[in-house]
Amino acid sequence: MIRQPQLEDKFRTDETGRYGDFGGRYVPETMMHALLELEQGFKEAMTDTAFLNDYHKILHDYSGRPTPVTYCRRLSEAVGGAQIYLKREDLNHTGAHKINNAVGQALLAKRMGKKKLIAETGAGQHGVATATIAAYFGMPCKIFMGAVDVERQALNVFRMKLLGAEVVPVHSGNGTLKDAVNEVLRYWAAHIEDTAYIDGSAVGPHPYPMIVRDFQRIIGDEAREQMLQQTGKLPDAAVACVGGGSNSIGLFTAFLDDPVQLYGAEAGGKGTDTGQHAATLTKGSVGIVHGMKTYLLQDAAGQITEPYSISAGLDYPGIGPEHAYLFKTGRAVYRAITDDEALDALVRLSKLEGILPALESAHGLALAMRIATKMKPDQSVLVCLSGRGDKDVQTVLHVLKKDNSDGSDEQ
Amino acid sequence: MNGFEHYVQKNHGMLFIPFIVAGDPNEEATVDLALTMQKCGASALELGIPYSDPLADGPVIQRASKRALAGGMTLLRAMRLVNTMRQKGLNIPVVIFTYANPLLQLGLETFFHEAAVNGIDGLLVPDIPYEESRPLAKRCVQENVRLISLVAPTTSDERLEKICASAQGFIYCVSSLGVTGVRKKFHPDIFPFLERVRQATSLPIAVGFGISSREQTAELKGSADGFIVGSAIVSEIEKRADQLKKAATRATALDELKETLLEKFGTPSEKPLPHI
Repeated sequence: MIRQPQLEDKFRTDETGRYGDFGGRYVPETMMHALLELEQGFKEAMTDTAFLNDYHKILHDYSGRPTPVTYCRRLSEAVGGAQIYLKREDLNHTGAHKINNAVGQALLAKRMGKKKLIAETGAGQHGVATATIAAYFGMPCKIFMGAVDVERQALNVFRMKLLGAEVVPVHSGNGTLKDAVNEVLRYWAAHIEDTAYIDGSAVGPHPYPMIVRDFQRIIGDEAREQMLQQTGKLPDAAVACVGGGSNSIGLFTAFLDDPVQLYGAEAGGKGTDTGQHAATLTKGSVGIVHGMKTYLLQDAAGQITEPYSISAGLDYPGIGPEHAYLFKTGRAVYRAITDDEALDALVRLSKLEGILPALESAHGLALAMRIATKMKPDQSVLVCLSGRGDKDVQTVLHVLKKDNSDGSDEQ
Repeated sequence: MNGFEHYVQKNHGMLFIPFIVAGDPNEEATVDLALTMQKCGASALELGIPYSDPLADGPVIQRASKRALAGGMTLLRAMRLVNTMRQKGLNIPVVIFTYANPLLQLGLETFFHEAAVNGIDGLLVPDIPYEESRPLAKRCVQENVRLISLVAPTTSDERLEKICASAQGFIYCVSSLGVTGVRKKFHPDIFPFLERVRQATSLPIAVGFGISSREQTAELKGSADGFIVGSAIVSEIEKRADQLKKAATRATALDELKETLLEKFGTPSEKPLPHI
């Protein structure tokens, strides 16, 4: 039996949406009503058995949950050290954990009488998940996507359109994910009465980080049971990649009260000293963005700077406020993983286990491999494999080709 | 300064509160634009600080922010610009309009020090709603800086009462949902909303977001004490950005702008107040 979210959980936030100093609700007055209404609606839904049953039934019948935990025998041997297990979120319908949250929030929208769905997307994964659930429920759907990302992710743009969603290119700012977030919030403020905003990550103003966490904690709740069943004990460490931090908070939440080390892998891009990275906790400072107080990448005057990562899903200048809190309190440890380390992990998992991970998830895997080498063979590391890598084949092909040609030039 | 209540008071016709973005198109032009606004009969000036992620702003102000940021404008530089405006004869109150993050990074100590030194009278932070604003509001009272509060048609009676109970300066009523930007007509719901605000406060109430014509300001008479114009002015500035940048052509552009604004919004104050 999977544990349901409990109101008295230790790390649950208070009414102002704070996780220690972080979080809160830094939005214009025009959005406050909608956020208060959403918070009320969410609290009611989460104590309604019928609602929770619907959520679990859709995830079971439509998305194929529970997703398995897979033991990586060959990879563990190759790495040497702890045994590596994968929580297979890549086996969800649409190929990533994003659907867990999209199902939950779309159901909540229906319950609250909203007629239309809107969402932002960076690489397109959350956009595809939202468009998918909108099709399933027969609700009109608009996806806001940075104009630059629309160009970069043509395939996902087409997928969303095929699913019946309207893709709105965002030209403001730099035309990337952070600007898509601004634009979807602006649009929402003007269409609050009939429209629900489906936030894709554990970021934004309260109650969004809480809602996304509670709809993603099924990852950790399942994995905890599965590890106990398969290995007879809890893992010694749990690892996940962190962009905004939805799959990682979903994994971590189940283990907060356990003696399990928690590790988050941030995007180190081309290296944390190059200025081209998305390592918010490693290199950022405290500030306010997208309605929350958290760590973020910014200049001295408080302007948000553009992050970089090979993985579009980690390419975000902030981080969920609960991660900021877990970082500050030391409950979780966060490390930067570079593009190259992630690529290497992706190739190794493909060759050794026949599993092609998403570039995002490969960051978590790379960190898990690094940690595992320092552990004993009777210990175990659980990694959230948040998504499958089919979407990244083009990028990987491009980079590996370039590397090979560079190599032959040298010879 | 802080002759705030002298300039921003009820029963003096409709208060005209223009908004411009500091550094758009450049610093010199911003100083002259502020003085032009005073000549147009402004009761106070909202000086916008450009921000990379302006959540409450529509495309016009977003573009202005981008132009200003390209010129290196910061909150600190903008505050010091007010000093120049004062030296050149700006008497009306100046309200700094900034998003929360630039303020947080500058730090409250520096902000209030600079506010006192440079003659800044008010502060409006659009992304700090009532719940998050308590410590800042307290500090503003101590420092004699008016913290301006926003209220929206969706603000409940209960929140309206709380917000108005500690509000200062004037109440900024957001005319419609969504972001700043020009709109042709008011939503009819605005009048019962303004009536609710009137009941909740004795401060002057001013309407902003989407104001672009004399017809609109005429409609507000009797329901509000003033109005804020942002995007409609900023887009006029945008049209003349090149002339405004250069000293040689600036005066002509400012004259044109003044004519346009007077045509659009009339001589806003029926009984102009003496400057103090």
